Amino acid sequence: MPEELIAIKGSNDGLLISLSTTEKWQSVTDELARRIDDKRAFFTGAAIVVELGARPVPKYELSSLKALLERRGLSLSLVRSDSDTTRQSARALELKSSSNGSPARSTRRYAEAMPANPEEAGGRGVIFRRTLRSGRTIHSEGHVVVFGDVNPGAKVIAAGDVIVWGKLRGTVHAGALGDETAVVCALDMNPGQLRIASYIVTSPPGKRGKILPEIASIRDNQIVVEARD
Amino acid sequence: MESEGNSQGGARVITVSSGKGGVGKTTATANLGISLASLGNRVAVIDADIGLRNLDIIMGLENRIVYDLVDVVEGRSKLRQAMIKHKKFDDLFLIPAAQTRDKMAVSPEDMTRVTEELREDFDYILIDSPAGIERGFRNALEPADEVLIVTNPEVSAVRDADRIVGLIEAAEKGPGRLIINRLKTDLVRKGEMLSSDDVYDILGLAIIGIIPEDEAVLSASNSGIPVALNMNSQAGMAFSHVARRIMGEDVPFMNLDGNPGIFRRLMRLFDGR
Repeated sequence: MPEELIAIKGSNDGLLISLSTTEKWQSVTDELARRIDDKRAFFTGAAIVVELGARPVPKYELSSLKALLERRGLSLSLVRSDSDTTRQSARALELKSSSNGSPARSTRRYAEAMPANPEEAGGRGVIFRRTLRSGRTIHSEGHVVVFGDVNPGAKVIAAGDVIVWGKLRGTVHAGALGDETAVVCALDMNPGQLRIASYIVTSPPGKRGKILPEIASIRDNQIVVEARD
Repeated sequence: MESEGNSQGGARVITVSSGKGGVGKTTATANLGISLASLGNRVAVIDADIGLRNLDIIMGLENRIVYDLVDVVEGRSKLRQAMIKHKKFDDLFLIPAAQTRDKMAVSPEDMTRVTEELREDFDYILIDSPAGIERGFRNALEPADEVLIVTNPEVSAVRDADRIVGLIEAAEKGPGRLIINRLKTDLVRKGEMLSSDDVYDILGLAIIGIIPEDEAVLSASNSGIPVALNMNSQAGMAFSHVARRIMGEDVPFMNLDGNPGIFRRLMRLFDGR
């Protein structure tokens, strides 16, 4: 491939998807749809920021992009562009937009404090320094470390490893882009659902023995959880 | 207590919240208002559940409403005109919600304006938050110095409380303190209901009160005479203890709280829990 059609990485506002500014719009969006469909689990529920650079994008094209994402359960939370045409299209579709270098900032404090889409995102890795409570999701293209508990109803999705320095009771997905060498570690491993790459397990119900730090990994095509001593 | 001080001086604004509906927010707000007033505080209670007002009924003030919170916000009445004095306590006032409008009629800034106007004249301002995590909740949260989270010892209520705590933390209003309402001691003993320890284990919040299930609460709500006025009831007693803890007193928890006895604790030790 001469030029990358699409680049995806984490950002403070959500997953940042940069689209090529020179390739044909149709082939760029086709590629985007293919990439999302390929890795459904990784994208699930993510807030998407689209970086369009200098390309002028008319309203109908932007609207089809928005529909493409929404059909896949993703919300287009921000359009970043250097083109006035594109930003006008965004306004017409009631999408938040910003030019590069001046990120969109909400003026109302409470709106900022409680984003509609309660997610954290990061590029290489994320460290979350408190308990991750119900309804919150961390997405990362790298590894995730949580200093605190992951409560029931909370979710961690990472392309790399997930380390929980606390009780893991929510849903966790390591190796979400397909890396079968990814692992999940927790001081108290009792997740609602644990996934590594395309493998899924749930915690066995009933009484649990002594609680030890444990590590989950894939061995012989299944997820194995074992104590580390 | 990091939330003790408030920069503005005057009253401390305490929002009572839960996420899930029906766990006893409004009952708790009414009873804490009564308890705080009976302990000699000047108290204003605000019903922020616009469209579904209840607090006036539980406090027995339904028939005295002339103006409401939306009238104040939209300038049809002065704040003083909308404040209803309690029948028994001269220093307890209610600002009722409007019944005919919805939550969009009030903004978080409106709530801050109203509470700022009240701060000087009161010791405590209690805000009864609506269920849910939308606008009504934000309205109630915005002016808060501290948030009390009401939950029942059941999994779905605790899950919603956890969600709310996440939002409260994100708004930098502190993690809040927890009221566990409607605890049934006998069920906890049989292991059929979450104990206060179990709830603490999930939420990790300081517990400011444990209110036992008490039939007196229901009849009290229906008659408009909150249970806090009845010191023969365990629930009334428990609410009064919460009020004293809000005031900074160190009140020991009643010995009914459904915490596992020494035997279960030992079992847990053997379990390695």
